[in-house]
Amino acid sequence: MSDATARTKRQAKEALGPYGRVGQVVGELDDRIGIAKGGRVFLDKIFPDHWSFMLGEITLYSFIVLIATGIFLALYYVPSATEVMYNGSYAPLHHQMVSEAYNTSVRISFDVRGGLLMRQMHHWAADIFTGSMIVHMARIFFTGAFRKPRELNYTIGIVMLIISIFEGFIGYSLPDDLISGTGLRIGYSILESVPLVGSYLATFIWGGTFPSNAVLPRFYIIHVLIFPLILFGLIGAHLTLLVRQKHTQFAGEGRTEHNVVGSPMFPTFMAKTTGFLFMVAAASALLGAFAQINPIWQFGSYLPYKISYAVQPDWYMGWTDGVLRIMPSWELTAFGHTIPLEVFLPAVIFPGLVFNLALLWPAIERRYTGDNELHNLLDRPRDRPKRTAAGAAFFALLFTVFGASSTDVMANYFHLSLNFVLWAFRILFFVVPIVVGLVTYRICLEMQGVHGVGKRKRSVIVHLSEDGAYSTVTADPRPDDVRTELHPQPVPERIDIEPLVNGKDTETPKSSPTGVRQVTR
Amino acid sequence: MSDTEHEPSRTRVPMPIATLNDPHLGDAAKNPGRVEGIIAVVFVLGIIMMAAFGAAYWQNWNPWILGGTLGAGLFLLGFGLTAWGKYLMPQGPFVEERHVLAGSTAERNALSAALVERSTVVVKRRRLLGGLFAAGSGIFGIVAIFPLLRSLGPVPGTSFEKTDWRRGIRLVDSNGRPIHKDTLRAGNIVTVFPEGHQDDIQGQSMDQTVLIRVSYEAFTTIKGRETWAPEGYVAYSKMCTHLGCPVGLYEQQLQLLVCPCHQSMFDVTNGAVPQFGPAPRPLPQLPLGINSDGYLVAQSDYHEAVGPGFWERTTT
Repeated sequence: MSDATARTKRQAKEALGPYGRVGQVVGELDDRIGIAKGGRVFLDKIFPDHWSFMLGEITLYSFIVLIATGIFLALYYVPSATEVMYNGSYAPLHHQMVSEAYNTSVRISFDVRGGLLMRQMHHWAADIFTGSMIVHMARIFFTGAFRKPRELNYTIGIVMLIISIFEGFIGYSLPDDLISGTGLRIGYSILESVPLVGSYLATFIWGGTFPSNAVLPRFYIIHVLIFPLILFGLIGAHLTLLVRQKHTQFAGEGRTEHNVVGSPMFPTFMAKTTGFLFMVAAASALLGAFAQINPIWQFGSYLPYKISYAVQPDWYMGWTDGVLRIMPSWELTAFGHTIPLEVFLPAVIFPGLVFNLALLWPAIERRYTGDNELHNLLDRPRDRPKRTAAGAAFFALLFTVFGASSTDVMANYFHLSLNFVLWAFRILFFVVPIVVGLVTYRICLEMQGVHGVGKRKRSVIVHLSEDGAYSTVTADPRPDDVRTELHPQPVPERIDIEPLVNGKDTETPKSSPTGVRQVTR
Repeated sequence: MSDTEHEPSRTRVPMPIATLNDPHLGDAAKNPGRVEGIIAVVFVLGIIMMAAFGAAYWQNWNPWILGGTLGAGLFLLGFGLTAWGKYLMPQGPFVEERHVLAGSTAERNALSAALVERSTVVVKRRRLLGGLFAAGSGIFGIVAIFPLLRSLGPVPGTSFEKTDWRRGIRLVDSNGRPIHKDTLRAGNIVTVFPEGHQDDIQGQSMDQTVLIRVSYEAFTTIKGRETWAPEGYVAYSKMCTHLGCPVGLYEQQLQLLVCPCHQSMFDVTNGAVPQFGPAPRPLPQLPLGINSDGYLVAQSDYHEAVGPGFWERTTT
């Protein structure tokens, strides 16, 4: 290599500027779509650190695992009720007439390379998805993260939860095995129970009377396209709102209503969260490898006159099954019509109330407290005893009816009469939420009296100003953490933060660019 | 604020370069070299596991090895990356101001004014056009939704009330074998279908019937059903009146039919009246007869709708 070529190379490199190729690409993109300013803000975006903030990440990443494994399954699964003879490698089913859907599902499990792993990963990821979503929702609820300005994002979250439950139920039904087919039968009967339009709803959705041949293709396209598409859009909206409104954070040193304290998007958060994506996928893979789930080849293809013992839906539907079991047989008949209240009340009205209560909670709480302020700092659950008690009672009720979905198994296991277990759950349905609510309320009040709970280390805050400069501030310790006299601190009913009306409010501190000011009583 | 005021701790450089100057942009770990070594080992193990997964897939080894290697590989790579982020990347804590999302009163008023004034002008000046367009859109909405819904499926009609059972049709089991009056002994049970419908999935759902031979002593004949149970043969719809599951469990000692879904129990010896559980009604009884060849036949269809309740269901 001559000196001349080396010199030209160096010149070419120098011509690119101090940031090399990256700088060049940034320049070209910025010329066309203007990425420099927004991109820098994005890289510098601050994420507050708290373990509970990763619950939503688990949900997001299990959704990605679901899409990846779902695409694999869709390559082999055929949503058809046409009867075919099973000729795959699972000997006990040889020469049996089964539906094409069941045939392909069993073939995925035994004859497609990696198919069983993908099927079990998909099922486990679905359980992780719904489970983490519910726990994430509980976190949002108990810390008050749903308050203004985030009511809309909370609503989107609940809507996604509802869609996900239906998505899971439909996906569970696609293999057309004996257990899921029974679940579909129950779903059909629940639709039938709706007054006035029930039988029309059932035949229209199923495309005929049960078990219609039209239903599997319909549920398939809903499962693989329509619901995922809606979820995809809602996840986009959820994350856009999250970025726009910025993350909430717990109170602590240097953390105020007007700032976010944490680690930067790039590279810290990105590395941690990408690693987390890998670990969520790893959890699905390990569960899929070592924990058998839904062994459809043992159940057999669905036949309407066959059934097995201990018929239970997937766990996220279990709570509706539990209410169906403990409901008395109150069928209404009048004027030549029938209203099957024993089905309609527990399977339609009860879930309707549960989700409406969840959806309306921000409005209910705002009406009750009169609090219409912007909140960026999270509540500690003990500081809002009434909300915490209400939420605990709500979840206790759902756990109770979930338990009621295994009355027969419990009666068997504990050698009790089924009648005793049934009546126990009928009573617990009313008693458990009340007791849990009262006990939670009391525990919250007790915890408020304990001095120094939640004491934190003092640290130095690095401040990022709007022009990208940094400065450090030593934060004041939390008042709770200063060991002076052990006076129990009265907890304020609420902190009033008045919105800036016209930008001329002279009392607004200069350090508050969010347009809110804190009023101390 | 000038730069000199906060000189010691202030850096006016982008974050990646600032690691050189600002301690808060440095490694979080106290001994970064050691941590780096550990993470490198984790990554190497992850690479090995991923390669092993490839080999397992290539060789079509069993799902345990496939999932074990894939899971281990993903976990090691993810764990390493997370640890890298946690211990070897800037932790701060950094602070970022929240920006006001709300605009000023003037901006809000400008938007409201634009919306109100322009729409008022447009609609008020052209009431006829607005009305016509609204009418057109409304009609489109109705005609678009209504037929779409309607073509999804057939109207229910009598499909929830009628089964394939007819006068004189023979009872056959799931293999199509007719039931002779000597086939069952007292206490035996078999699932039957109308002959010719045993393989049709629709028939299997609506027509499914349990045939039980009971002993005369225990049997209570219900008024109006005196001729429905010849030779101790009694037939009930197999569809549970609660949610339509097959009433598939037969408790011979107690003469109960039990639904495994929600544990409704029906008394076989007394018109299948529910004894327990959420089922609201007895299982409909199929009137039976015996034809000249000694085979069991139906006398007619069920006298009421089988299966769960629905709005149009009339009571008998």
